[in-house]
Amino acid sequence: MIVTLGHIALMGALVVSLLQPFIRRKGLATGLFALVSLSFAALVYAHASDDFSVLNVVENSHSLKPMIYKISGVWGNHEGSMLLWVWMLALWGFCVERAKKIPMGLKARVLAVQGMIGFGFILFILLTSNPFLRITPAPIEGMDLNPVLQDPGLAIHPPLLYTGYVGFSIAFCFAVAALIEKKVDSAWAAHLRPWVLAAWVALTAGIASGAVWAYYELGWGGFWFWDPVENASLMPWLAGTALLHSVAVLEKRNALGNWTIFLAILAFSFSLLGTFLVRSGILTSVHAFANDPARGIFILVLLTVAIGGAFLFYAWHAPKVKSGAGFGMVSREAALLLNNVFLFTFCATVLMGTLYPVFLSALDLGSVSVGPPYYMAVLLPLLLPFTLLMGAAPSVTWHKGSPAALLEKLSVPFMLTGMALVVLFTLPLRDKALSLLGCGMGGWVVVATLHDLWKKYGHKMPRSYYGMVDGDYMTPEKRWYPVDQKMTSEVALKMDGFSLLYLVMGEQDKDEPEKWVVRAYHHPLVLWILLGALMIAGGGLVSLTDRRRPS
Amino acid sequence: MRACFLFLLLMVLSFSAAAVEPGEMLKDPVLEARAREISKNLRCLVCQGEAIDDSNSDFAKDLRVLVRTRLAAGDTDDAVVNFLRDRYGDFILLKPPVENKTLLLWLTPFLVLGAGLCAAFAIIRRKP
Amino acid sequence: MRKIPFILFILLAGFFAVLLLRGKDPAVVESAMIGKPAPVFDLPAALKGKAGFSSRNLHGKPALVNVFASWCLACRVEQGALEKIAKAENIPVYGLNYKDTPQKLAAWLQKFGDPYTAIGADRDGRTAIDWGVYGVPETFVVDAEGVIRYKHVGAVTENDYRDIFKPLLAELKK
Repeated sequence: MIVTLGHIALMGALVVSLLQPFIRRKGLATGLFALVSLSFAALVYAHASDDFSVLNVVENSHSLKPMIYKISGVWGNHEGSMLLWVWMLALWGFCVERAKKIPMGLKARVLAVQGMIGFGFILFILLTSNPFLRITPAPIEGMDLNPVLQDPGLAIHPPLLYTGYVGFSIAFCFAVAALIEKKVDSAWAAHLRPWVLAAWVALTAGIASGAVWAYYELGWGGFWFWDPVENASLMPWLAGTALLHSVAVLEKRNALGNWTIFLAILAFSFSLLGTFLVRSGILTSVHAFANDPARGIFILVLLTVAIGGAFLFYAWHAPKVKSGAGFGMVSREAALLLNNVFLFTFCATVLMGTLYPVFLSALDLGSVSVGPPYYMAVLLPLLLPFTLLMGAAPSVTWHKGSPAALLEKLSVPFMLTGMALVVLFTLPLRDKALSLLGCGMGGWVVVATLHDLWKKYGHKMPRSYYGMVDGDYMTPEKRWYPVDQKMTSEVALKMDGFSLLYLVMGEQDKDEPEKWVVRAYHHPLVLWILLGALMIAGGGLVSLTDRRRPS
Repeated sequence: MRACFLFLLLMVLSFSAAAVEPGEMLKDPVLEARAREISKNLRCLVCQGEAIDDSNSDFAKDLRVLVRTRLAAGDTDDAVVNFLRDRYGDFILLKPPVENKTLLLWLTPFLVLGAGLCAAFAIIRRKP
Repeated sequence: MRKIPFILFILLAGFFAVLLLRGKDPAVVESAMIGKPAPVFDLPAALKGKAGFSSRNLHGKPALVNVFASWCLACRVEQGALEKIAKAENIPVYGLNYKDTPQKLAAWLQKFGDPYTAIGADRDGRTAIDWGVYGVPETFVVDAEGVIRYKHVGAVTENDYRDIFKPLLAELKK
């Protein structure tokens, strides 16, 4: 009954989203949100109550599964995660409708475009990925969820990630609205900025939580593998980061208008591209969903209409070159523009690296792999000038700065960093020079921006110290999942300053079954990654509350 | 701008842990270090994304042992890599070799950066 | 300038469309061994009373080399198809028994069929690496000169015989 209701609610949502572009009426986005929420709640209910008459529940759940995984299992599969995707979309639309400051005309256009996107994806769910399909006769037991997914990580990571992905749809809609109105100015940027920021904070937190999850669950001790699907989330993040900076320039100085519009379209395009790559079966990846070509083609059509349409619009409608005020070579605008050039380059590199093997194999030029060593080799050299820029940019004045004043301002952090680097390199550390250089560059950014916190970066504990930690009681586990006949590794972690001791159980000894290989890794400074992500997300949240009011 | 810090950290610190088992290790620490370095750049074909150094699949284990056997027999690093490349093709290399068909891949970052810098320069030079 | 994103995107979308419609499995890795002579090896007999398998076998006549193991589930499915090919084409099918034991192998062959002319035991999997094998089952087509012409990843089905093996073997026999 409730499941049927959810199915009907989703069909109702399809109708509402179809009306949205044509009827300018307040409350449509709210109604859409209510209907999709109802539908989503129904699916959650089906999973929570072990309703094995629903195919989606049978395929992904089991009555013995703990409640939290019954609920998070809703989006641990293709159909459910698409519904979560659409629910997020409706949620963002609802927020836009409720936002008081956006002028009526702009808001109506934004919601109209959003409605079209919603229509496309709800149609996609109903036609190819319906989570409400029934199965008769209903089996008495489900097939259980992939053990790797039975983790609190599944409850946190996808919702945050999708909030970010889908949040960029607002920027996309703002861009299309601006193209319709042919008006790109400071006021538009001021309205857009908080939405970009919010989506970007969520995406940052989503990626970071996924990295943390991979770190402790997969038992490889890594958190980023340059896997195609990971790259799919990094591309919108890079484009979104660039957008965040260019929108600031547009708001403050009324410059880079066209570029900002382009980035707003691009960020969401990468979100959609990621969705396509993960679900179409074009890429093979540890994270990819089981796929089916019909879905791939459907999403490709959606992709072409949305992105192709937006870029076509951009080609015709983008205001003819007349980008506001000019600025000097040494100015905040120039620094931010340069930042955008770098971020765009990173983004293009990740895109090329992700798709290149597919290109070559499609052209019958053989199979190649593009793995972590490639990204290290091409991106690291670019990161050096980029971090220099990162540290220096906040010290540059808007419009037109003087190079001499800039150098003077930066002389102290420059010297401090230089000295620290010298000290670092004289330390008897077994780590490679690269890590030290990384620490040094990171230190430069921190010193130059905060003139503080330096000690924590230069500081490393002697190796013997870690021996002490080993004596503690730690409990790594092997868990056996009877339904799937699968073993997973649960790691034990021990914090020590900003470093982690990582214990994971390896293989069983063949001759003496009571003996297991236990691997212990010491990961220096790994917590900085988490902390960095938290600081970024936190910083974003702080600036969200300090929203500049459009005049 | 400092927000991009995560990205930087990600790149510099993206180490991963090894799957090498105690019995596989070579006695000679120099040879073992070479073996680890080689293993990090070889793809475990059955696991798609991982290096043989990271994977605990049987296939990866066999290749790790093979790498060590060949090193112990006196092969150079290049010889070991080429030995496997002859059998499994370029696919086994996590870093594709620079050759005609991968030129675009290797040049992309620098072409895009170059074009971007030129465009940025043009925008800055343009008087309003 | 402003048209570039659109043009690039359309090219990419078109490429994806071709890829999807062609339906090529991205997980299949092309073998580097195609066109190369089969590796040199000499494997002992996997079973008493049945010949071992060495590279000397691979001359004078096209042959199939099937990498299999008794612990491999997919291998069970292909025994019928392999028997059929061996009979219909009148060619030897050699078995490269990967990381297996004689006891388990004997029972397995009894149960699922034995299409093999000879079976070599590759206990540590070292010879399989020389063949560029990364999983079982894999099946190679070797021509009369001992050159590897094709590699099939996964179980061989009757359809694979009809669509791939039959035409290829016909060409090799010319």
